Amino acid sequence: MINFGFSISKPRAIDIDRNNLRKSSEITREMPELQSCIGCGSCTATCTAGNLTEFNFRKVHTLVRRGEYQGAYEEMNKCMLCGKCRLVCPRGINTRGVVMLIKRKLGDF
Amino acid sequence: MGYHTIVIGGGVAGMQCASELLRQGVAVTILEKESELGGKIRNWHKLFPTFTPAEEVLAELRSRLISSPNLAVRTGCEAAKIASDRVVLTSGEVLECDSVVVATGFTLFDAKVKEEYGYGIYDNVITSADLERMFNEGAVRLKSGVTPRRIAILHCVGSRDEKVCQRHCSKVCCVTGVKQAMELKRMFPGADIFNFYMDIRMFGPGYEEMYREAQVDYNVHFVRGRISEVSPTIDCRLQIKAEDTLTGRPLKMAVDMLVLLVGMKSNALNENLVAECGLKAQPSGFMQPRDSFLHNVESNREGIFYAGAVTAPKNVGESMNEGTAAARAVVEWLAKR
Repeated sequence: MINFGFSISKPRAIDIDRNNLRKSSEITREMPELQSCIGCGSCTATCTAGNLTEFNFRKVHTLVRRGEYQGAYEEMNKCMLCGKCRLVCPRGINTRGVVMLIKRKLGDF
Repeated sequence: MGYHTIVIGGGVAGMQCASELLRQGVAVTILEKESELGGKIRNWHKLFPTFTPAEEVLAELRSRLISSPNLAVRTGCEAAKIASDRVVLTSGEVLECDSVVVATGFTLFDAKVKEEYGYGIYDNVITSADLERMFNEGAVRLKSGVTPRRIAILHCVGSRDEKVCQRHCSKVCCVTGVKQAMELKRMFPGADIFNFYMDIRMFGPGYEEMYREAQVDYNVHFVRGRISEVSPTIDCRLQIKAEDTLTGRPLKMAVDMLVLLVGMKSNALNENLVAECGLKAQPSGFMQPRDSFLHNVESNREGIFYAGAVTAPKNVGESMNEGTAAARAVVEWLAKR
């Protein structure tokens, strides 16, 4: 077949109706404090890994909570567990615990 | 003293102002356009952040007014023209007085104006005021009679919106949205509640704590992004679209019910106060106090005072404080005159 250089893009929208929210509910049930995130970005601002790679902890855990698991495990693997994010979080979220929990829940993904 | 003050508006600010004036020996006439005193919270169920029944506050305010020989309550009448020594009613009747307190409050934003949200078009799009009515009636149901399983609450409907000439923030809707989400969650523990917000502005004591409680203990989902439009699904649910701005991705879902947190508009009567009575309004349409700090319950005209949401969106406590402050300013002014 001749390749004309066209392709069909996958829809970018987060579709809450299609996403399987089971894992996401398990995660927030085990660590309800994650729900208290106000999206301030302090964690990402101070993140050692985030300053060297594309890793954005705030964005990844928000996507996971919306049921977007694709690539989340791999992203979380960039975290070096230094814990600076936990020191700065104004809501007192155990961010390292969140990283470990998401990796545990989505490891088989 | 033998003085007589007319308080226009019998909501929380007007009632509190009247009771304070009576306590200080000033005779009061309250003009109320509805058939009874109480104002907007007469239709409210519970008040943030303590979940105090609105009726409890009103009952106390009523009891402070009751059986005072110096009080006259005129319901079902509106003021057409105001001066410091007289108020002309729309009926043409003239009431003499020594000073006037304008406590006419605000107007609820008409959600139909934001047509894209489908209020008045789709059955299960309701406003925060409708939801309070349902709470008062004791049951929140979809039009079909079944209980909702997924509810979206949209903040800032008629607030911070140039398109509907409402640039200001109505201030109390954020915390009302959080309060209503918690009440819905208590009613339907299995339901999913999503609050769509632009900013969460928790300005009062206990409000931020309440927001956190809604997030952590009630598992209310907060999505930062404004719903752009609502459309019906084939099974008569509501399809909503927004941007999840914290992930930078569009987001969509179907919900059973959409609650629109309608904002506070300046009272429709304010235009008349400006045109007929020589009073000044702010660009938002709310009345302009003489000074924002030192004379915030006084108008630009001697002997005419303000209390409550006539000058800006305010919560119940703030409106009552202004009622007290205005009463004090009236008494000082009467003594000095």
